[in-house]
Formats: sequence, structure tokens, C-alpha cells
Amino acid sequence: MLYYLAKRLLLMIPLLIGITIITFGVIHLAPGEPVEMQVAMNPKVSAEARERLRKFYELDKPLHVQYGKWVGRLVRLDFGRSFAPDGRPVIAKIRERLPVTISLNMIVLILEFALAIPIGVMAATHRDGPLDRWTTVFVFLGFATPLFWLSLILMYLFGVRLGVLPISGLHSLGYEAHGIWWQIADLAKHLVIPISVATFGSLAGLSRYMRTGMIEVLGQDYITTARAKGLSERVVIYRHALRNALLPAITILGLSVPGLIGGSVIFESIFAIPGMGKLFMDGVMARDYPLVMGVLVIGAVLTLVGNLLADLAYAVADPRIRHGRERAL
Amino acid sequence: MSSCRLVCLVALLFVLVACHEGEQAVAPVPRPPGTPAYGDAIVVGSIGEPSTLLPLLASDSASRDVTGEIYNGLVRYDKNLKLEGDLAERWEISRDGLTITFHLRRGVKWHDGQPFTSRDVLYTYRITIDPKTPTAYADNFKQVKLAEAPDPYTFRVTYAKPFAPALESWGVEILPAHLLEGKDITRSELARRPVGTGPYRFKEWIAGQKLVLESNHDYYEGRPYIDRYVYRIIPDTATMYMELKAGGVDMMGLTPVQYQRQTISREFLSRFNKYRYPASAYTYLGYNLRHPLFSDRRVRQALTSAINKDEIVQGVLFGMGQVAHGPYKPGTWPYNPNVKDFTYNPDRARALLADAGWREKNSDGILIKDGKPFSFTILTNQGNNERLKSALIIQQRLRAVGIEVKIRTVEWASFLKNFIDKGDFQAVILGWTIGQDPDLFDVWHSSKTGPRELNFVGYKNPEMDRLIEQGRGTFDLGERRRCYYRIQEILAEDQPYTFLYVPDALPVVSARFRGIEPAPAGIMYNFIKWYVPKGEQLY
Repeated sequence: MLYYLAKRLLLMIPLLIGITIITFGVIHLAPGEPVEMQVAMNPKVSAEARERLRKFYELDKPLHVQYGKWVGRLVRLDFGRSFAPDGRPVIAKIRERLPVTISLNMIVLILEFALAIPIGVMAATHRDGPLDRWTTVFVFLGFATPLFWLSLILMYLFGVRLGVLPISGLHSLGYEAHGIWWQIADLAKHLVIPISVATFGSLAGLSRYMRTGMIEVLGQDYITTARAKGLSERVVIYRHALRNALLPAITILGLSVPGLIGGSVIFESIFAIPGMGKLFMDGVMARDYPLVMGVLVIGAVLTLVGNLLADLAYAVADPRIRHGRERAL
Repeated sequence: MSSCRLVCLVALLFVLVACHEGEQAVAPVPRPPGTPAYGDAIVVGSIGEPSTLLPLLASDSASRDVTGEIYNGLVRYDKNLKLEGDLAERWEISRDGLTITFHLRRGVKWHDGQPFTSRDVLYTYRITIDPKTPTAYADNFKQVKLAEAPDPYTFRVTYAKPFAPALESWGVEILPAHLLEGKDITRSELARRPVGTGPYRFKEWIAGQKLVLESNHDYYEGRPYIDRYVYRIIPDTATMYMELKAGGVDMMGLTPVQYQRQTISREFLSRFNKYRYPASAYTYLGYNLRHPLFSDRRVRQALTSAINKDEIVQGVLFGMGQVAHGPYKPGTWPYNPNVKDFTYNPDRARALLADAGWREKNSDGILIKDGKPFSFTILTNQGNNERLKSALIIQQRLRAVGIEVKIRTVEWASFLKNFIDKGDFQAVILGWTIGQDPDLFDVWHSSKTGPRELNFVGYKNPEMDRLIEQGRGTFDLGERRRCYYRIQEILAEDQPYTFLYVPDALPVVSARFRGIEPAPAGIMYNFIKWYVPKGEQLY
């Protein structure tokens, strides 16, 4: 097991180098330069001013020199300074956005698992019954509804018409003046619509996986055996069937890890939530190379870590994999 | 980006449907003025977040909105768009037009209590022209031959030759020398925590959410009535509009459809005041004059004759704008009201095209000359719905005279890089902002046709060059006006662009704010005089 872990970790090094090359290449292949976005079509900017800006951002150097400098800083965990006019360190920009995005995504992920797993199990145990049909309709409705549209309708209904929930942002104006509990309640109120909408949209995938997995497991011989032993249906389903049906959920959980730091631009724009999606999108549009590359590298690293964690969890959960692998190694 | 546009479209549709109940166009009784009182806050909605609060380094409108409240320049435009003293009490221009002497206001203090002096002005000048400063605004100051500060309240600049836009260029925000001198401006704290001389001082900035300013009680023009200025960042316009209706935003810019259709109920008008005045910008259809299709002036005149500009103003702006005939805003001093370019007349368009050799038509009804059909592509940048709609209307009108138009939208960065910089385009729909000073050197002078320069359509006309140079080389308003009047006649005849429209700015402000007096300069010029009567204060 340790040997396996070490091998996986070592394999990540060439992968990471590849990721930096691709990241750097892709963003530099995109037409346009950071300077363009700041000065193009501005009557007050001369060609000389443009060159001055290019020099300031070291865009006049050859590409491999730029790449070398960037990676050199990267290994020291320095993501460089943003090319936006504020010139702040990339890491500071990410740090101020990351907590919001991670917390939101965590809440949504927890709700997704807490709701989708029971829905899937119920659908499987009541297969082809009305409960199965209705939950299917419900989760697919969430999957198919354009979320921005649903968001706007809910905002209009609860925010403008009924006036019971705030429309956008994270805090009310002047929330600093209130006590901590008031602030928490205020934040919670702001999050009701975005979190409900995001959770509603995410249920379909996992619940369908659970339903299929459960149906497959329920058809296995050992379930028949358990039933034949005279175990109660509850024990059969929750002790014997569910544990085996949960395996695909682990894969999905592992794959969700990089998603935790990624935000949706549309979602964040509509709710005026300052998250990673908007930061990244603005960075791409402004050709803010250090920022875009920083976000991509962090995302890629998290993907690798997530995959590794999922594989490890798999091995822990499933003795077949654990033993099979040890034999093979 | 296209998904964003879809979002806006659908959102608009939805809002349209949702707000249609009980709309009546009845003007409510205006609220009584009440008595001016200190206090309350204004929440301004913005789709963009400021990038930096050091105005020298910023070029986005969000940053400029905020820095405009924090800093002052030596001069500024008054409500009638005339230059008046700001930090400079008065100024003198030497008889030869080469030297400007500013007499600075005494007793002005920086927000940290330090006095404002000529040292600050000299520093601002020096840091701007410093080659190490990554600023986009050095060019006007480059014309300065000598800048000196003979005493703390006098500042004098000398130019190599008379330069009319010089005076306006001293409207740039003056930076505090005592906090910046000897430091690297690109890493300065002041980008996030600015210190200025203006009516509002910086309080806090929560990234991606809001920026709060509070009133400067020691402001040289007196304490502003409104205590706090809150700049809320809401990237989506549909959301911002709902926030407005729910009371989360006090002021924002409306779209034409919002102004005309969604904000006309009695209930809305009793809670908000809408304003409307021409924006300082115009939209145009520009032709690549190096392209053989457009090198003939008669063809360009024909294209303008074939386009119904009124229809574009109605269809795209819901009438919230006016037809443009040249590069100036109607009603401003350089604008020549006698110049009307080619009005909509498809018959004249056909005759002009026939003159230019476009006589035969192919089986699709498209004009052909030397076996080639008259077909071209209009490029515009992605995400600008108004430009796209204009292109669609133009496409249909030109088809009627036998010209085939294709439309292509491209993301802004690649639009510039792959098409404009390479001169690889036929026609574009873009816009320019109209500066307060009428100088047109950068966009129309023949020396600015190089790669990445702004005369990207390649317009060259010796008379135009001479007039532009003459106009910027004198401070005599009458002489300048003569130059610019003539320039508009030339442009109307030559049609290097088809000037399309000047849109209206459509701000809406909560009705609890009083003292707003719309003027040619808009509504923000007297912001410090806005107030909320005691009984109506919210925050």
C-alpha cells in the first residue's frame, strides 16, 4: 500500500510539469495580450506607452524565458503578480475568493450527497412505482432547468414580490454593526436561494448512479441469501446492499474535489457572489496570464489529489481492489 | 460570453413578462424638496469592480467612477462642460500660448491632514512621464517642455508649441507626493487604500462585493450632505435591476428597454427618478478604406444612403438616442448643426452604386462588377448586443439595394489581434467615446494609420490633417470651432464611417435623493449637493 502511494506520488511530478507546459502554452496561444486589453482603442495611448507596458510585464522577452521565469517562481510557490492594473499577487487574489467558493461548494456537495443517496436508494427499492417515477421527474427537472433562469425567478418571487429574502450578495448593508448571530442569520438568508438552486441542479447524476447501483446489487445472489436467512428488509437493504452500492459514490466524491475550487461564472454573476469562477473568467477575458495560470495549476493539482484520494478510498472500501492490487504489485 | 448574452436575453424576457401587470404611464406627483440634511448613504450599482484606485494606473470606468469622488484635478468641467478651476483657483495662459500658470487653492488638505501644494502637482507630472510607470496617460504630458513649481501655490508648465488639449490634460487626478515620492507606484498601498483631496475619503473595500467611501468633512467646497457612498458590484444587469426594485441599490444605469417599458408604472415612478441625456459616445460602421470595395467614395456614400439610421435608433435603442452625423455630441460647441450627411434614400444609393460601376445583378439579386458580387462582412465584438442588432438592421437594408452582408462577432481580444491590428477586415461596427476636448488627432490624422494605431480604417486626407493640426494648435475658441465645423463637412462628404447613433445615458436614482439638477454634464457633477431630507433617510 505504501509502495503504491509512493509510486502514485512520484508519477505526479511529470504530470505536473506537463500541466504547467500545457497551461502556459494554451493561454499564450490565445490571441491578444494583456496589454491590448488595457490600452487598445484608447485614444490617449500611444504606441510608445504600449511598449512601456509590454516591457513592464516582460512580454517582450522570448516565450521560453517567460516560461522559465514563471515555473521558477512556481516551484517556490510564488504565483507572481497579476497583470491587472492593481498588480496584486495572484495568490492574494485567489485567497480572497477561495473561501467563499469552497464553503459554498462544500455545502452544496454535502446537501447533494445527503439528498441524492436516499433518493436513489428509495427509487431503487420502489422500482417502477410512483415514488420512483416522481423522484426521477424531480431530479431530471433540476438537471434540465437552466439554473440562471430558475435563480432569476426565485429572486423575483422572494426578493422583489414577497420581499422575504435578499436578492444578491453575501451580506446586507451595514451588517458589521450587528452581533455575530445576526450576521450568521443574515448570511444564511443570502445563501438560501443560491444553495437551493445549485443543489437542485446537482441531484440527477448521483441519484441515478445510486439507483442503478442499488438495483444491480439487489439482484445479486448474496442479497437473495440474506433474504432467505430471514433478515428484515431494512437490514438487507441498509447493511448488505447499500454498502456495496456506495462504491460509485466514492468515485464521484473524488472527482468532485477539484470542482470545489471552481465556481460557475453565470451563477456567481447572477448572485453577485465573489467567487473563483468570476475571477477566472475576468482573468481570461483580460488575458491576465499569471492569474489564469495560477488558477489552472491549482485546479490541476487538486484534480490529481482528488483522483488519488478516490483511488485510496476505493481500496479501503473494497477488499477486492485492495487485495487484487497487492497481488498485482 | 455568448452564454452571458443568452442569460441577459432570457432574463430580460422574463423581467418583461413579470413586470407587465398594471403598468400605467401616469406621472406621479413629485416629492416636495424638503430641507437639506446631512446623513444617509447612496448605494450605486456597478457591473464591474474597480481594478485600482490609483487613477494613473486605471483605465476602466469602474475605477474612474470611484477615484472621481476621492481625488481632484487642477481643472474640471462644470455643469455646462466648460473648464473651471478645481484645485487651481485660476490660471493664466501666456500670450504666445506656450505657458500656463496655475494658481493653486490654499488650505486644501489631503485626507490624512497634510496640506496640498505644488509639490504634489509636480510629483504627479513626473511620475506620469516616468518611463517606468505603466500608465496609459503619459502622452499629453509628453508635450510639456518644462514644468516648475516656483512656490508652494504656483505651478507653471511650458510647451514647445501651443497645444489646445493641454489645459484639459491638467484635469487628471493629483496624487499625494508625501505618500508616494521615492516609492514604487506599482506596489503602492494606495491602489487599495487611496488618499486624495476629494469630497469622499476611502473607508473599506471588500473584494468582489462593495467599496465604501465616507464624506470628507474638511472638503474645500464644504461637507457633502450624503455621508456614505457605497459602490456595490453586481455583475448581472437583471440582478441589479431587481436589487433596485427591492431597495438594495439606489442608483444604476438603465437599458433602453428598461427605461421605455419596465419602469413606467406609477409605483416605480413614485419611488425613483429617471434621467435622460446624450451619452458622450457614438457608434459607427467603419469601412476598411484600403479594401478595394470601399476605396470609392461614391460606394461609401451609397452605403450610408441605403442605411436607415432612424430605424436603428428606434429598433436598437427604443428611441433612446439620436442619429449621428459626425464625431461630436449634438449641442456641444464643436458640433456643427448644419452638417447632415446622407439621409435614407435607397434610390440615391442605387444611382451612386451604378455610377461606381455596380450595375448588373446576379441570379440572387446581388450586384456584380467584373464578375464579383458585392458582398462583405461586418465584424463586431462579442457581447455587445446593440452593435449586433444594428448590424442585423443594416444587413437587411443593404440587401434591399443588392449588397450581401455577412455578420461575424468575435471575442474582443482576438477581434483586435486577428482583425484590426492586421487590417484584415472589411467593415466593423464599433464605438468611440467623445472626449470633452474636440481634438481628433489620434483617430483621424493620417499619421495615425500605422499598425495598432487608432486610424485603423486608413483615412488619409491632407486638408483634414491640416485642420486637425490647426485646431489643436490654438486656444482661440472661434478659430478652433471653424476648424471642427469644416472637419465635419469633410467627413460627411467622405463617409469613411457611416456614423450611426449617439445613445442616451439613462440613470435612475431613488426618489429620496434631492438636489439633482440634470445639465449637459449629466447628473453627477453636483453630487456633493445631493441630500436626503431627515425624515426619509434610510441608513
